[in-house]
Amino acid sequence: MPDPIIITRKLRREFIRDQFHVIALEDVDLEVQPAEFVALMGPSGSGKSTLLHLIAAMDRPTSGEIKALGTDLRALSDRQIARWRNQHIGFVFQSFNLIPVLTALENVELPLRLTKLSRKDRLEHARTALELVGLGDRVHHLPRQLSGGQEQRVAIARAIVTDPDIILADEPTGNLDAGSALEVLTLLSRLNKEFSKTVVLVTHDPHAAQFASHTRHLEKGQLLPNSVAV
Amino acid sequence: MALPLGYNLRNLAVRKTTTIMTALGIALTVAVLLAVLALVEGLRTALRVSGHPLQILVTRKASSSELVSVMARANFEQIKVKPGIARSASGEPMASLEMVTLLNLEGVDSPGGMNVTLRGISPAGREMRDRLQLERGRWYAPGRREIVVGKSVALRYPAAKIGGKLQFGKGDWEVVGIMSAGASAVNSEIWGDLFQVASDHNRAEFLSSVLLRAADPVAFSALINDLDADQRLNVSAIPETRYYEKQMIAAAPVQFMGTFVALIMAVGSCFAAMNTMYAAVARRAREIGTLRVLGFSRAGILFSFVVESVLLSMIGGLIGCLLVLPLNNITTGVGSFVTFSEFSFNFRVTPQLMLSGVLFGALMGALGGFFPARSAARKEILNALREI
Repeated sequence: MPDPIIITRKLRREFIRDQFHVIALEDVDLEVQPAEFVALMGPSGSGKSTLLHLIAAMDRPTSGEIKALGTDLRALSDRQIARWRNQHIGFVFQSFNLIPVLTALENVELPLRLTKLSRKDRLEHARTALELVGLGDRVHHLPRQLSGGQEQRVAIARAIVTDPDIILADEPTGNLDAGSALEVLTLLSRLNKEFSKTVVLVTHDPHAAQFASHTRHLEKGQLLPNSVAV
Repeated sequence: MALPLGYNLRNLAVRKTTTIMTALGIALTVAVLLAVLALVEGLRTALRVSGHPLQILVTRKASSSELVSVMARANFEQIKVKPGIARSASGEPMASLEMVTLLNLEGVDSPGGMNVTLRGISPAGREMRDRLQLERGRWYAPGRREIVVGKSVALRYPAAKIGGKLQFGKGDWEVVGIMSAGASAVNSEIWGDLFQVASDHNRAEFLSSVLLRAADPVAFSALINDLDADQRLNVSAIPETRYYEKQMIAAAPVQFMGTFVALIMAVGSCFAAMNTMYAAVARRAREIGTLRVLGFSRAGILFSFVVESVLLSMIGGLIGCLLVLPLNNITTGVGSFVTFSEFSFNFRVTPQLMLSGVLFGALMGALGGFFPARSAARKEILNALREI
């Protein structure tokens, strides 16, 4: 069995919110294998998004270990984390988070501006990513000129354009109608199956979780054992 | 690599009302500064072209200007035979005895009257002024109460029109011509026949100064040394160019006040840019968070917002340049503390000046944009993503 691509040990994240001490994650031990499609499920406030943010190094744990692709994320500086995230992580937001003043092509090209690729190559890669998500004919559209489903597909194209090892999706279908949600989930599944991308999907929709190869549940900040579902 | 410039430009276009208002504020500041600098540049140019590099102005020792100098005709006879003086086409030494005094004229901008330089000058003196030309009318006739006025004088003093009469000395003097000599001080003077002017002021034997032209640069230095060292003459000799350079002091109060006002306005403009950029940072918090997630560093975010502020201010700078362009070549005048008379010249809005205006705008943008940009860069990713 290959080494896990994501490992957490005794991962803990605490916040002080409005003078209240909140434990968002408590002693989370998680392993995700390469090319696995994992769904993290749980009710609101269960800590699933917090866990995803820690895996993406968008936040730092209070205690515990977290390694992704063999890198101890706690040991990296801000600048190193930014670079690491750009190279290894593709992140898909619930509300798409496209830059409104940039076209679909420019939005997708954005992460590539941090690489050494020439402008021609960057645009070629971005165009390929857009074609892969079925938006080859919408490259010059601004986000406001696209439907919600199309916006999310542009966001997925942006997430995969750097050919990351891990795709993290935070409720990517939360703002979509059923048809668009199906398209997005099919796309994530295809990226996992055809391109061997490791996908971690946060969702509270059981239908969405069916696209994953494994489902893990969180409850009040704790990761439930593999077989237990709430 | 940084965020694309198009990202910043399009964001400026999206909030166009704020962009225009901020840019206009910066434009006014830049326009005030450029107006002052155009005035100083015009004066500097006029003074720079007013002297000939080989000419020497000789005045009585310790005189600060031609106006307060007294030069005896007998001294002139000794000076003009000094070695090293250039010769005219007719073989005469290029030396001009001149008399300078002031006339008080009512001007367009000075109804209470303003001093204008009156110069009594010989034909040799006219020959020594480069680019001197009669624009209209004719030259004064020797021995008659006739004068020729500089083109700026004609423009700024209604009485100094061809056919007009000015009363001074012992009678009325008729304006018979208008002269010019490039952008030089000649345009601000009134000239008449040396003997007639001196006679009318009872100064036939005691005039003001001597202008000499040296044969070559070596003779130029030697002549100055010779004249300064000659204790019989008791005169001071300085390069004509330096004499006019010293008059730049006339621009100092205007330059100081203008720059002071512009700097005060610049502080206000910096705050305007800062306010605009703080609003932009607040509005685009989620974008900032997203960019950080995509891998852009804090430094990259800071740079991008500073660039946006600089672009905004450069737009203001460009508008400021356009606002000040109509001033170009407008004639104005300043009172000189050296000659106690008005020195007329044209505003000069040069490309270099406009470039400095745009750069001044950019500097305001950089200063005003830095703190909002730093606040953008310091945002924690998750906090930024949660902001609406």
